[in-house]
Amino acid sequence: MTTKTFKGGTHPPHDKPAASKPIVTATAPSRVVIPLSQHSGAPCEPLVKVGDEVKMGQKIGDVKAFISAPVHSSVSGKVVEIAPYFNPGGSSPMCVVIESDGKDIWAEDVKPNKPLEELTGEEIIKITKEAGIVGLGGAAFPTHVKLIPPEGGLEALILNGAECEPYLTCDHRLMVERAEDLIYGTKAMMKALQARKCYIGIEVNKPDAIAVVREAIGGDSSIEVVELEVKYPQGSGKQLVTAVMNGMEVPSGKRSTDVGVQVSNTGTAIVIADAIKTGRPLIDTVITVAGSGVNENANLLVRVGTIFTEIVEQCGGVKDNAAKIIMGGPMMGGAVPSLDFPICKATSGVLILTKEESVIHEILPCIKCGRCVNVCPAFIMPNFISNAGEQNNYAAAKKFNVDECIECGSCAFVCPAKRPIVQWIRLCKAEIRAMSSK
Amino acid sequence: MENLAVEKRFVVSSSPHVRSPETVQKIMIDVLISLVPAVVVAAVFFREQAIIPIVICLVAAMATEFLLVRKGIFSDGSAAVTGVLLALTLPPGSAWWMCVIGAVSAIILGKYVFGGLGSNIFNPALVGRAVLLASWGGRMTDWLSPVDLKSAATPLAEPGQAALVDLFTGNVAGSLGETSAIALLIGAAYLLYKGHINWRIPGGYIGSALIMGTLLTAGGFGFDINMGLFHVLAGGLLLGALFMATDMVTSPVTPNGQLIFGIGCGVLTMLIRIYGNFPEGVTFAILIMNALTPIIDNATRPRFYGEVKK
Repeated sequence: MTTKTFKGGTHPPHDKPAASKPIVTATAPSRVVIPLSQHSGAPCEPLVKVGDEVKMGQKIGDVKAFISAPVHSSVSGKVVEIAPYFNPGGSSPMCVVIESDGKDIWAEDVKPNKPLEELTGEEIIKITKEAGIVGLGGAAFPTHVKLIPPEGGLEALILNGAECEPYLTCDHRLMVERAEDLIYGTKAMMKALQARKCYIGIEVNKPDAIAVVREAIGGDSSIEVVELEVKYPQGSGKQLVTAVMNGMEVPSGKRSTDVGVQVSNTGTAIVIADAIKTGRPLIDTVITVAGSGVNENANLLVRVGTIFTEIVEQCGGVKDNAAKIIMGGPMMGGAVPSLDFPICKATSGVLILTKEESVIHEILPCIKCGRCVNVCPAFIMPNFISNAGEQNNYAAAKKFNVDECIECGSCAFVCPAKRPIVQWIRLCKAEIRAMSSK
Repeated sequence: MENLAVEKRFVVSSSPHVRSPETVQKIMIDVLISLVPAVVVAAVFFREQAIIPIVICLVAAMATEFLLVRKGIFSDGSAAVTGVLLALTLPPGSAWWMCVIGAVSAIILGKYVFGGLGSNIFNPALVGRAVLLASWGGRMTDWLSPVDLKSAATPLAEPGQAALVDLFTGNVAGSLGETSAIALLIGAAYLLYKGHINWRIPGGYIGSALIMGTLLTAGGFGFDINMGLFHVLAGGLLLGALFMATDMVTSPVTPNGQLIFGIGCGVLTMLIRIYGNFPEGVTFAILIMNALTPIIDNATRPRFYGEVKK
């Protein structure tokens, strides 16, 4: 069988130190800080006030807006504070701080739903929304919005099990350990979307996951594992569509559903299965803790709202030479200034790099080596765009199609002059947006 | 709520947080390594007549850059590359002052008047050579025979007369780096292997020169594959196609642009050789194409992902 892929991309160092470590449930936190906005879309309004007693799985934030996902408490206990809290993304969403009573008493409305065979598509979408499920692949888009079937049904659902970011192994472990639930959730998504086919794309460096998922599929011919080449950014939505659908492209400015496919993450399918089988909302998530700056690499099931510090302590603490904390993977994750941040629904990992790995390079002039052009999966010219950004020439950046950039960072990774290409591209995008809104 | 976000214990920087080990300096060192076979062959054939000009060009280029930017004598390594490349375009036994003027011109006129590495339009080594060619044309075509180190004409003065095997090994008169095809090919193979160059520019250059050399004579049309091979192997064509035209800074970055650039270099070189006043057309062919690079890049922008035809 041939492995499928897209054009462009690169091969960052392939470090997956936690790949063989089973998922361990993290120690319950004594206090959680739960942001009311953990998704792209409208932020939630708090449904509780300071002093309220809350139960595990109780809805504590919601909003009428369609593109939004409610937020639930991940512990039982008492609300002690509701205040804005600085977020690595730069915004300061309102957060509900809850002191745990240590009892983990579930809310009464957390109960199993009807079996999948008896559920209608609408009911599946409603369960997904009520459970506050967002895409766990990184962008955290509310999943129920993506489950609305297009007219005439969907040609194919593509599940991303590529996990192309170095270090991250949470999706890998989830596929290996929970393949049955993955297929259950996949069937639920297919039913909601009226999808005729589902392809689960997995990079060939995860042969155990490929084998287990194939076995879980059994004789169901509507679901198929697609073996993907190991290449970054294989898990990016559009690149995944191109790889799986034999070169098909999502037209610029359109969504993948316009060409009959929907993309989601394997982890998302598993939490949908949980929501249907047990009624439990998305209150915990599997993250990978890795990097040379931490004493033990691990895959942990952690409650949403747990502060990094507590998690790192369970991994033997950070080493003395730890110098950089990254939320997510090393290619697209964001660096944070301290360990005092909460885990969100879509957090995929906490990566701790050492001083040597965190060197800020001297930026040299672009020598036009063209490496960035060769690796760019959007086929744009990152060198010209970043040069334009450096010179505040946003019109030129626009001419070079800066808006097509998916910010995967392949260009900056390969750049021998160590130019902060993605940073300049983000600047161009922001300036162009500001100019057009004036 | 205590907000420790202000605490700056950890480094905060933009993604990606991992970078490839490749650096500009490593690329330049690889280019220098790739020139070693040509330098060795030049030293074998022309002895001190080769070694002295190469050392003077190298030192003068690096010293000029050091005086201008003061970032270490080797710095990013690009000045050293310019120095060696310039030396390889000079005739054996070039006077020391010509080497110095060429190297200083290469760095100042070729690079720093445009704003330094990356901003230059023209290949600095070729700018240095062009200055020398325009000022001391006679001395620049004063060749030595590698056999007895006596004065000799370049094979290009009488096209087709030299044996192809001599051109291949380098046993002919000519500039230091242009005599041995095999040494240049070994060096280029290293650059290809390292991924610093690709086939498009050299392929377009050599391919178009081979076709034109085979089909065209000063008198009209003909078909002579030996003449085509002669043109490819003689003079500085291989040095230019493999090491000068492939200069990253001054050549296009788009795949199609690189092919167009290479073909343009080959066509211009042959037009100058066959119909022009100079026996050698490589220098001016590449410089002209350098000037066209921004236009070529603009015209050959790749189709972006999901681009819809308007």
